Amino acid sequence: MFSWRFLRMWQRNRDVFLRLWHSEAPGTVIEPIIVLVAMGLGLGAYVGLVDGQDYIEFIVPGIICSYAMFSVFGECTYGTFFRMEERKTFDAIIATPLSVEDVIAGEIFWGATRSLMTGSAILLVALAFQQVDSWWTVLVPFLSLYHGVMFSSIAIFFTSLAPSFYTFNHVFTLFVTPMFFLSGVFFPLTEFPQLVQNLSWIAPLTPVVHLTRALFEGEFHFIHVVAAGYILLVTIFFFWLSLVLMRRRLTV
Amino acid sequence: MAIIVTSNLSKKFKDLLAVDNVSLEVEEGECFGLLGPNGAGKTSLIRMITAVSPPLSGDIGVAGIDLRSHPRQVKAMLGIVPQIDNLDEDLTVLQNLTTFARYFGIPKAVAHTRGCELLRLLRLEEKSSGRIKELSGGMRRLLLIARGLVNQPRIAILDEPTVGLDPQTRHLVWQQLTELKAQGVTQLLCTQNMEEAAVLCDRVAVMHRGRILSLDSPQALIARHVGETVLEVAVTSANRERVVRELTTHGIDFLDVGNTVKVLGVNREQLPATLLGTAEELRLRPATLEDVFFRLTGKTLEGEEEE
Ligand SMILES: Nc1ncnc2c1ncn2[C@@H]1O[C@H](COP(=O)(O)OP(=O)(O)O)[C@@H](O)[C@H]1O
Ligand SMILES: [Mg+2]
Repeated sequence: MFSWRFLRMWQRNRDVFLRLWHSEAPGTVIEPIIVLVAMGLGLGAYVGLVDGQDYIEFIVPGIICSYAMFSVFGECTYGTFFRMEERKTFDAIIATPLSVEDVIAGEIFWGATRSLMTGSAILLVALAFQQVDSWWTVLVPFLSLYHGVMFSSIAIFFTSLAPSFYTFNHVFTLFVTPMFFLSGVFFPLTEFPQLVQNLSWIAPLTPVVHLTRALFEGEFHFIHVVAAGYILLVTIFFFWLSLVLMRRRLTV
Repeated sequence: MAIIVTSNLSKKFKDLLAVDNVSLEVEEGECFGLLGPNGAGKTSLIRMITAVSPPLSGDIGVAGIDLRSHPRQVKAMLGIVPQIDNLDEDLTVLQNLTTFARYFGIPKAVAHTRGCELLRLLRLEEKSSGRIKELSGGMRRLLLIARGLVNQPRIAILDEPTVGLDPQTRHLVWQQLTELKAQGVTQLLCTQNMEEAAVLCDRVAVMHRGRILSLDSPQALIARHVGETVLEVAVTSANRERVVRELTTHGIDFLDVGNTVKVLGVNREQLPATLLGTAEELRLRPATLEDVFFRLTGKTLEGEEEE
């Protein structure tokens, strides 16, 4: 297992981010704003009310958590792979007192930090579009951090198996993007047949969208406890698996 | 006292036995050389000693600590200069050193002072806030060496530290390594360069195809395997066979390196008179580790020819 030294890897990524953020970070916020404007206001004018809300109000929670997820996947697939294979940065670091597990845990918690930053930034932007109905909304950044750990772990799992950068094109087309469209971000899952609805709950973005929406609405049900627990289980499983697979990959 | 002890250490990549049952002891404070051509298994061996590559079999102890059960304690003592350049290109030159120091838990202020000092010693201080991409190949290698020393290691492990350096920079590195030894830092040095091994190392292990073929001080290796001097006889395809035959009938020891025949243990006067006339060119020179390597393997250090 990893030790507190994961913090050293996290600090390294933070330092690099602080040096280069102005070239990278704006992109992760501009796209969701465009989506909010185009879908929320443009499409929303045709859609009218969803679940008794303006369309833009309906999609804001989903946009926040999906773009947090996108930034995690960018960081922990392409970014991690680049550091690992192109730059051989991990090889250098595992020759210090940090272990492979420390390095990978550092990457995962850094990915989660990116999720926190992206989630919070879009939240601030979204607040300009709509009224906040519930004080629970202040917990959205914490939730971003929480599911950020899960998505980072899943992303690193893919990275640990990836033979090349091309692999990630498939990860995005077959996993990340379908989740974005089928996890209840743009329309309630109840539009689907029951079978598809149940299947949709396998995708880890679905519980995340439901929880985020619950924070915006300030209404909680038993399903949200299940969602939080499900996220925890998926996180533990993929966190552990990523550490094991990365040790195998990096210590040859 | 031996500070690095490996016993029956082996490493396999698929069907290739890269390190074959190596047992060696590096004494505290010495500079220990691993001399061998590309593919000899030097890097594979030291990657195991630096805990980044698990052995197929065998044990490693560093300063009395078992590496397998306490890799972190061992790694904390080591300063590693890898063969491949894995500088952190996302960070500046000085940040490479301070960030690395942080992996060792060195406080920020100390790391900064040490980083600046190392940059000064290796003549990189002007590049301190520059980006890694702005460095020449030689400067990158110097920075790798500086990085390996930032934790003031008890043992420095250097994998071909001067490869690709111009002679002047190479001498700067040699000077720093000599100084490091004077401070009592143990060094394990991989090299393909026999001059480097002869200049820096107290003891040299000649490595070939995963095995240690011979191990001693450079002078002792030379004395044991080739003798003090080598008389190089330049030969042509026309007279080569005859020269070889003459030497053999006179019972004179020699190495056949193709376009030269290296005659061992004799000087010009002791050479058969018949041979003096045929040889187009004779050159007497001190024997080197290169000759030792050729004697032991029938190959030159420049590398394995394809088989
Ligand atoms: N990761 C690896 N996978 C497969 N083969 C390897 C790997 N690393 C080294 N080898 C092989 O092991 C042998 C020894 O290599 P190496 O230890 O790098 O030698 P040296 O450092 O002396 O040049 C070579 O034949 C090399 O091709
Ligand atoms: Mg090597």
